[in-house]
Amino acid sequence: MSAETVDKRELSPEARKEFEWLCGRYPRRRAVLLPLLRIIEREFGCIDEAGMALAAELIGISAAEVKSVVSFYTHYKRDTDGKYVIWVCNTLPCALRGARELTDALERKLGVRCGQRTADGRFSLKKAECLASCDTAPCMQIDDDHYDHVTEQQLDEILARYE
Amino acid sequence: MTEPVKVLTEFVHEDESWTIDRYLRAGGYEAARKACTEMQPEEIIDFVKRSGLRGRGGAGFPTGLKWSFVPKDTDRPKFLALNGDESEPGTFKDRLVMERWPHSIIEGALIACRAVGISTVYLYIRGEMPLGYRRLVGAVKEAYDRGFLGKNIFGIDGFDVDMTIHRGAGAYICGEETGMLSSIEGGRGYPKLKPPFPAVSGLFGMPTVVNNVVTIAYLPYIFGRGIEWWRSFGTEKSPGLMPYSVSGHVERRGVYELPLGVTLRELFELAGGWSRPMKAVIPGGSSSKVLRLPDAWDVPMTFEGPMEAGSMLGSAAVVFMDETVCMVDALYNLLRFYEHESCGQCTPCREGTGWSVKIVRRIAQGKGRPGDIETLLGIADQAIGKTICVFAEAFGWPIQSYVALFRDEFEAYIRKGAHVAHGAQPQAAAHAG
Ligand SMILES: Cc1cc2nc3c(=O)[nH]c(=O)nc-3n(C[C@H](O)[C@H](O)[C@H](O)COP(=O)(O)O)c2cc1C
Repeated sequence: MSAETVDKRELSPEARKEFEWLCGRYPRRRAVLLPLLRIIEREFGCIDEAGMALAAELIGISAAEVKSVVSFYTHYKRDTDGKYVIWVCNTLPCALRGARELTDALERKLGVRCGQRTADGRFSLKKAECLASCDTAPCMQIDDDHYDHVTEQQLDEILARYE
Repeated sequence: MTEPVKVLTEFVHEDESWTIDRYLRAGGYEAARKACTEMQPEEIIDFVKRSGLRGRGGAGFPTGLKWSFVPKDTDRPKFLALNGDESEPGTFKDRLVMERWPHSIIEGALIACRAVGISTVYLYIRGEMPLGYRRLVGAVKEAYDRGFLGKNIFGIDGFDVDMTIHRGAGAYICGEETGMLSSIEGGRGYPKLKPPFPAVSGLFGMPTVVNNVVTIAYLPYIFGRGIEWWRSFGTEKSPGLMPYSVSGHVERRGVYELPLGVTLRELFELAGGWSRPMKAVIPGGSSSKVLRLPDAWDVPMTFEGPMEAGSMLGSAAVVFMDETVCMVDALYNLLRFYEHESCGQCTPCREGTGWSVKIVRRIAQGKGRPGDIETLLGIADQAIGKTICVFAEAFGWPIQSYVALFRDEFEAYIRKGAHVAHGAQPQAAAHAG
């Protein structure tokens, strides 16, 4: 993508302050990249090309470097994701305690398979690789909200909270 | 019957257990004050050595010994990197402590910093724990406000400690210590070749101590109550307490804090047992080798016990499985995890995880071929010991143990294209995408 097609972004003054504070917490600016990506995710709703360009500029590295880092991690919200991301854990301890049934119910309700986004762009449904919550399976997270012991009956009510 | 001993978990079910006021009411920060003001750094390290404390993160390395590897006479800055990545399937003890008793980690970190001469701490918490992140950030702020972080802590001239919570972004490999360091440095979570070990060249190339958050959280109690108290639990080689994460097929899943040496049967019974006959147990997180039940019931959960039974204590994450579990399916589930989480640096791991998933999926779908079992074992064999980090072991050990202990199930699948476990659901076949 050429530079012209990327709309230029700026951090809000408050986010800018947080970034400057973070720069003082690490001996090298590069180490601020992961926390900065969280700031950008929060400020702009997701991490897209323009967000990565902004991170590159603020850290002083190439956009390709930033992309290489972003693509390594699964938990950043990307522009290809729905407005809300549902993470449903399916790893063994959860699979033993109803994760498959919960995943099936979510797939039915949303009309998508795991890994897909709903047609209206509201939700992405993703399989999580262990949420460290094996004692409360079946469990899921919607963005930063964690839900334990989720039953199919609760799903309508929970999903309705995410407009 | 071994009884639970609640130390880190004594107050975790109280509302507001994570606040500094609650922690101070429980006597918090007194042990660190005493250790830091009354003991020389060398004495602190010696104390930890004599306590016999070993790492709670998975490898069980003696903590005092690890600290003693950090060079003493150096002007270079040193770091403490606390491992709260907790991504090993089955493990959820760190989450409990980070979310509900976070000041124990900060207090323990002060003791470690004093002992090793460190003034900068990073705590790496996995991205999927937003609540833990908020609680830790809050706890750190409280500690600064009350003077337990910052400058001249406990009135000791020049005892300065800064602590920053570093949030991950979803990658199991960032739990491996050098992968975690790469991630803190702002890169992909690539593990690094050892040696050099982090104690000599770690974060930003500087001497670094890496410890699990629960290892560190026990320090205030060991210093506050003494070596004799700590050693009154467990065995000579495996002293002390451990928060066991118990999940899978038991009535009451959860974190059970008990002395090392509790048997798998005792853990099962404490967790309320289960209504069906049991078939297998994973003693130390998904990477540890699976054990057969009833054979393994009396295995003591020390660092040595599961090893003698052919597995390991690992992160003390115990996953029970009843007779309905299809072991081909269970292995398929885990291998999908490892395929997804391999960082991709080393060929035997990157390719081996992918190939093994394809083969086990094929078997689970009833399309297994003669020779598949041997190929699987060959993949494990060619990966183990041949990669930068022990992730290869983490996916190789499950392959080896599921096949070795439940070979009949794999063979029956290949022969008949069907599962043999009583009442087992062939989920893998139904959902292979
Ligand atoms: C693939 C892999 C994943 C790991 N994940 C974790 C983890 O999530 N948390 C942890 O404390 N240690 C984990 N470890 C172990 C760390 O490398 C390291 O041994 C540990 O953090 C040291 O702390 P300790 O001595 O206090 O146990 C992992 C190791 C490997 C090979």
